[in-house]
Amino acid sequence: MAVLTMAKALNEGLRSVMERDPKVLLMGQDIGKLGGVFRVTDGLQKDFGEDRVFDTPLAESGIVGTAIGLALRGYRPVCEIQFDGFIYPAYDQIVSQLAKIHARSKGTVKMPITIRVPFGGGIGAVEHHSESPEAYFAHTAGLKVVACSNALDAHAMIQQAIASDDPVLFFEPKRRYWEKAEVDVSADLSDAYPLWKARVVRPGTDATLIAYGPMVKTCMEAATAAEEDGRSLEVLDLRSLSPLDYPAVFESVRRTRRAVVVHEAPSFVGMGTEIAARLSEELYYEMEAPVLRVTGFDTPYPPSRVEEDYLPDLDRVLHAVDRSLAF
Amino acid sequence: MAVPSVLASTPAAPLPTTSGGSPGAELVQLLTPEGERVSHPDYDIDLSDDEYRELYRDLVLVRRIDVEATALQRQGELGIWAALLGQEAAQVGSGRAMRAKDFAFPTYREHGVAWCKGVDPLKLLGLFRGASNGGWDPQEKRFNLYTIVIGSQTLHATGYAMGITKDGAVGTDDGEAAIAYFGDGASSQGDVNEAFVWASVYNAPVVFFCQNNQWGISTPTDHQSRIPLYRRAQGFGFPGVRVDGNDVLASYAVTRKALDDARTGQGPTLIEAFTYRMGAHTTSDDPSRYRLASDLEAWKLKDPLERMKSFLYKQQLVDSSFFDQLTADADELAARIRKGCLEMPDPDPLSIFDDVYDEMTPLLEEQRATHEAYLAGFSDGHH
Repeated sequence: MAVLTMAKALNEGLRSVMERDPKVLLMGQDIGKLGGVFRVTDGLQKDFGEDRVFDTPLAESGIVGTAIGLALRGYRPVCEIQFDGFIYPAYDQIVSQLAKIHARSKGTVKMPITIRVPFGGGIGAVEHHSESPEAYFAHTAGLKVVACSNALDAHAMIQQAIASDDPVLFFEPKRRYWEKAEVDVSADLSDAYPLWKARVVRPGTDATLIAYGPMVKTCMEAATAAEEDGRSLEVLDLRSLSPLDYPAVFESVRRTRRAVVVHEAPSFVGMGTEIAARLSEELYYEMEAPVLRVTGFDTPYPPSRVEEDYLPDLDRVLHAVDRSLAF
Repeated sequence: MAVPSVLASTPAAPLPTTSGGSPGAELVQLLTPEGERVSHPDYDIDLSDDEYRELYRDLVLVRRIDVEATALQRQGELGIWAALLGQEAAQVGSGRAMRAKDFAFPTYREHGVAWCKGVDPLKLLGLFRGASNGGWDPQEKRFNLYTIVIGSQTLHATGYAMGITKDGAVGTDDGEAAIAYFGDGASSQGDVNEAFVWASVYNAPVVFFCQNNQWGISTPTDHQSRIPLYRRAQGFGFPGVRVDGNDVLASYAVTRKALDDARTGQGPTLIEAFTYRMGAHTTSDDPSRYRLASDLEAWKLKDPLERMKSFLYKQQLVDSSFFDQLTADADELAARIRKGCLEMPDPDPLSIFDDVYDEMTPLLEEQRATHEAYLAGFSDGHH
């Protein structure tokens, strides 16, 4: 066991996968000597060479488009998109090409491409560096979308995502990169928690907080605070956004009968919308309150001096819990 | 002569050497429109009599596929068809220049290249009929699925070529190469320009084969570029060449050299095959709204089939029995395509769920089961 930051846990996960599979390539902007702007690929070019860990020209569509060609040639590319807000130039290659190739080829062409995306706000960044674009990709058939929330999960999930023969959008909560957890870097991946499964990270009885990525920690803090008021909140970390682990969501909410979905992304047509709709279909007679959402507002991501007002925090989560319990 | 203005809403008057219209002196040609064999200092080929005959045979059969498909669309059997009429030589020449291992990345109009790569024309028709979104195994045919979003495939070809380099399958005469097909319209796309950057930076073994057919639907090439397209390559750091795309011999020679340069480690080449889209953009298009009939008439004099036919006659490589046999073969091919198209089954509605993912998701399993039960509620299994 070692105590690692999430950034280091991802780094160790990438290292393990590269040692196991010579077809794994890392490609992106400034990921070589610099080790990426968040240092997630630190030291990997030095150890695996410029042929397997390479800096690309500065064009995101080019990164994903050439990764598709490399995958067709039998490689397993891992692309880094430097920041969430820079993924849109690659959107066409991801949505129109990458997502559809398996279906168009009747399964004869596999696209085992992982696209790593540091996402979310809370780091005082300038515009386009704090966005949460996950719903765009979860909406697209043919893509799988996951988000890690802690170092331990990050270490296993990045390896599992790369091992998947489907394309995976891998969202990393950048404001949690420096948070630490105990990680066994030598753990056998086959013992790891399944990638597409949600996990109850804090059991409770009065309501379920459903979150992923950066908001899991926020919800854990809210649950701790609520405990002092005698409220028992369950926290469900979705981990996988597509496929979404509906059975885990239903199981939890069936018990607590109340659900609050929390994400940084705007509410309108977001992950919370889908979850609320499905819960109303599945548990219409069992829930005590409508599903509530605590999200970023339906505005452009604001200047960072006011981002704390935009981002869901402990108080906004508890306020929603109050509303849910008041029904 | 107007000074080019960035404020002009339409492109200024063409420069002396243009991106469209007349090809200019730089055009590589081995066969004149009259079928006279001419030489070129940098590009020459020495084909056997059989090879000359085979190239002509390809041109005729590919045109026949195209004509039959156009007819089938008019008869309601295809939803749409993108005709290659006029571009047979560019496609057959470049297609036959490829070696078996070379991998082609087509647009949706590369029926002639598909033919050279051994893809059954019926697979192409399936796509335009709406029976499939693909139809063949790209790895087996070394011919990627048709790509409809303009220019996307140039990046795929470049990435594939980077993989060739990583595999060490480049640098000798046994090396492999990729070839990306696209058109004059695509040359404006970001992806195409990114592919040029990538190919240049990584010295990737890829050939960019641009068929400048003068038209992007209704938009002429001078709305895409103020310089001849092949000259774009210079700015990216690799050679560009303009070839007579209606000359199958020159298209073959130029492509073969570019592929050989790529496979031996010399990096990418941009080939601009100067040709003309003699038909409509697709069967849904009406060129009479935007171009002069006289332009088409002028290009008919440069027809790629006629000049090869004249060459074969002049060289006394063929007699009437050759043409009789070819006509019979073309008739048989057309009949097979027609029959296969008419008999082509619609896909099973439930098959749309099957290959969305390599590992199917519970959501799709649920939707598939729900829809299956819904369909079962109808007496014939269909609504």
